[in-house]
Amino acid sequence: MAKISDRSINLGSFIKREDDSIVICRCEEITKGEIREAIYAGMFTFQEVKKFLRTGMGLCQGQTCEKLVKNIIAEELNISPLETGAAKGRAPMRPIPMRILANDKEGS
Amino acid sequence: MASVNIKNKADIVIIGSGVIGNAAAYYLSKAGKKVIVLEKEDNIGDGGSTRNGGGVRQSGRHPAELKLAMYAVKNLWPNLSEELGEDVEYYQEGNLRLGKTKEHLKILEEIVESGKKGGLDLGMISGEEAREINPYLSDEVIGASWCPTDGHANPLKVTLSYYKKARELGARFITAQNVKRIGKVRGSARKVITKNGSVFEGDKIILAAGYGSRSIAQKIGIDIPMKQVLLEVLVTEPRPPMFYQMLGTAAADFYGHQSKHGSFVFGGTSGMDAYAVEDENNPTLSKTAPSICRGIIKYFPVLQDLNIIRTWGGYIDDCTDHIPVISNVEEVPGLIIACAFSGHGFGISPAVGLLLSEMALEKKTTLDIKPFHYDRFKTKI
Repeated sequence: MAKISDRSINLGSFIKREDDSIVICRCEEITKGEIREAIYAGMFTFQEVKKFLRTGMGLCQGQTCEKLVKNIIAEELNISPLETGAAKGRAPMRPIPMRILANDKEGS
Repeated sequence: MASVNIKNKADIVIIGSGVIGNAAAYYLSKAGKKVIVLEKEDNIGDGGSTRNGGGVRQSGRHPAELKLAMYAVKNLWPNLSEELGEDVEYYQEGNLRLGKTKEHLKILEEIVESGKKGGLDLGMISGEEAREINPYLSDEVIGASWCPTDGHANPLKVTLSYYKKARELGARFITAQNVKRIGKVRGSARKVITKNGSVFEGDKIILAAGYGSRSIAQKIGIDIPMKQVLLEVLVTEPRPPMFYQMLGTAAADFYGHQSKHGSFVFGGTSGMDAYAVEDENNPTLSKTAPSICRGIIKYFPVLQDLNIIRTWGGYIDDCTDHIPVISNVEEVPGLIIACAFSGHGFGISPAVGLLLSEMALEKKTTLDIKPFHYDRFKTKI
């Protein structure tokens, strides 16, 4: 579930913090500051931050940063991390070379 | 009739926060109008708008739609990043539609003929010429159509940047608002009633909810003949820049491009897509990604060792004549419908957003919208 439905709530102006340079999504090298700024720009769910910034779109598919990103959204919006919306799992489970994925036909 | 909270009144109420609804919200907010956008899902732009292959293509379009695409490519796409204050990763490096057989070339020649008639810079080139443009192409390619002004952009960034900018300009977006019906006041569409009991009111109502538009329009007596069809996309690990053309094939095996990020984004079909089980989680079919991969490898053997990172699916709202409905509804004044984009709405979305804003403001539209009228559908006898 995502808690916040009306997107016109005012978070005030974005103010930088000392720990903004910490890298949160290591695959895509996205910092806490970039995530905070996206939240101030209206990205209020895990999915929206992901689609806007690429957090969780790299090789590990968010296995490392999902919780961290949700915690940052929760903190900025003063909600629970459980209220930042679900992340969807998609095939393949692990990266798989194109030529192997292509080879699902018997005898080909 | 329930009274409407003053907060829920606006000049224009838009149903759907996809790229079309968000673009319309942006152009209307820019014109100083009060706009409310209602989204069924928890996330902004959760449907096909952020699930597509990102083509900004003029070639291969219906003559009526071509005009919208050409206008957008000439006047709106080049400045979009600057206008929205976000890099939407627009590349105008041309579109190659590839052929490997004589039958393919025939299909391509028809596409070229139709595009030329519409005034598009589009031509046939040989396999060698195609390989000069894109040296990674397989030798099996014997010809291609080439449109140098086509391109691609990042649909996630476009959809969410229109949202961001419209919101900045004062548009009110509300998620988790599943619209039940549109209510009339003295014969005109004025109210939007949601399943959770909220009521919104606007002088104009723009219905831009993809396939979801159908059941909402039906309740007010309008039926758009369209169906949901699953389309799937896959993405690879990133590579240093290799090429930036938009790619397609005459056989429609796959389409796609290398993104600014370096990953390759390829969409395609397996032939079973129209019969997939409908599911709100947009699941992918296990056979489709392998089929897309076989398509890619035939044309780009050099990419076969790239890792596939993720696959996903999304639904298109495929219209019976495969062009959209962008229309005022004369029998329900105040209602404007924009749906049935049939899987090629992204590339024309800035133009459609602009047209919708003009329609809502009762201005003369920049482009002719008659071919997209809601009442154009005729039975065969």
